[in-house]
Amino acid sequence: MKWGVVTFPGSNCDHDCIYVLKELFHQDVQSLWYKETNLKGLDAVILPGGFSYGDYLRVGAMAAQAPMMKEVISFSKKGGLVLGICNGFQILTESGLLPGALLRNTSLKFMCDTVELSVSNANAKFTNRYTKNQKISMPIAHADGNYFIDSEGLKKLQDQDQILFRYTQNPNGSVDDIAGICNEAGNVLGLMPHPERVCEDVLGGEDGRALFESMMS
Amino acid sequence: MLVKVYITLKPSVLDPQGKTVQKSLENLGFKDVKDVRVGKYIEVQLSDTLKKEEAQKQIQKMCERLLANTVIENYSFHI
Repeated sequence: MKWGVVTFPGSNCDHDCIYVLKELFHQDVQSLWYKETNLKGLDAVILPGGFSYGDYLRVGAMAAQAPMMKEVISFSKKGGLVLGICNGFQILTESGLLPGALLRNTSLKFMCDTVELSVSNANAKFTNRYTKNQKISMPIAHADGNYFIDSEGLKKLQDQDQILFRYTQNPNGSVDDIAGICNEAGNVLGLMPHPERVCEDVLGGEDGRALFESMMS
Repeated sequence: MLVKVYITLKPSVLDPQGKTVQKSLENLGFKDVKDVRVGKYIEVQLSDTLKKEEAQKQIQKMCERLLANTVIENYSFHI
């Protein structure tokens, strides 16, 4: 499978993703600069974590307007897999690929912790290697992870099983304990926790592996 | 031409920052504070040759596309 990992100015988890895919999963990975506009031949694109454009205006707002995002949008419309992690999730909501928005944590604090998640839907393209209601742990590191959507939008997410991951103990005030959601078509996932940081026991866990394995299956 | 743009959180969106500022004001002794919500104020300088109508159109587009996130925010502007 061919992967691209986008680097925006201020991304800082891009190399973690590249490392995991290349060294642990032996995948064909290329690094994509945010000004590039060529995603030809790729099967999946990752928008990594970080602080793109210094979080100016709103988290993810500037990156959502970067040249690369036009391509990512049309790539997703053609069915390409798009995974947004942390700041990548924020970019996906800002660009309209995912509904809702990410607000400041209710504590107003930057949270750096390991949290427990429950896999709410294990039939999705991104979760088929997990089991439903499986408890997994993943690190979070964010100030703006408080997922917001209006009640109508939330009902739609629930009815269409688009909520893939929920926190078992809500750390940031997210509506319905949401940690990660996918789009209606099921080929775009955004989540606040960092699966790429838990792919090796030596780094604290392997619960993130199944997410990448699901995408490859 | 100076355009003043005001971005505010929609009433349905909780504003923990506003709540914290409110608490601090109360701690300072301002006992009459009932609510505080924090927003953004942006100044945009547009070319002076622009007609007001065209300026309005452009600013509206700017707000919709970048300055505000209409999922969570309302905007208004003054030319």
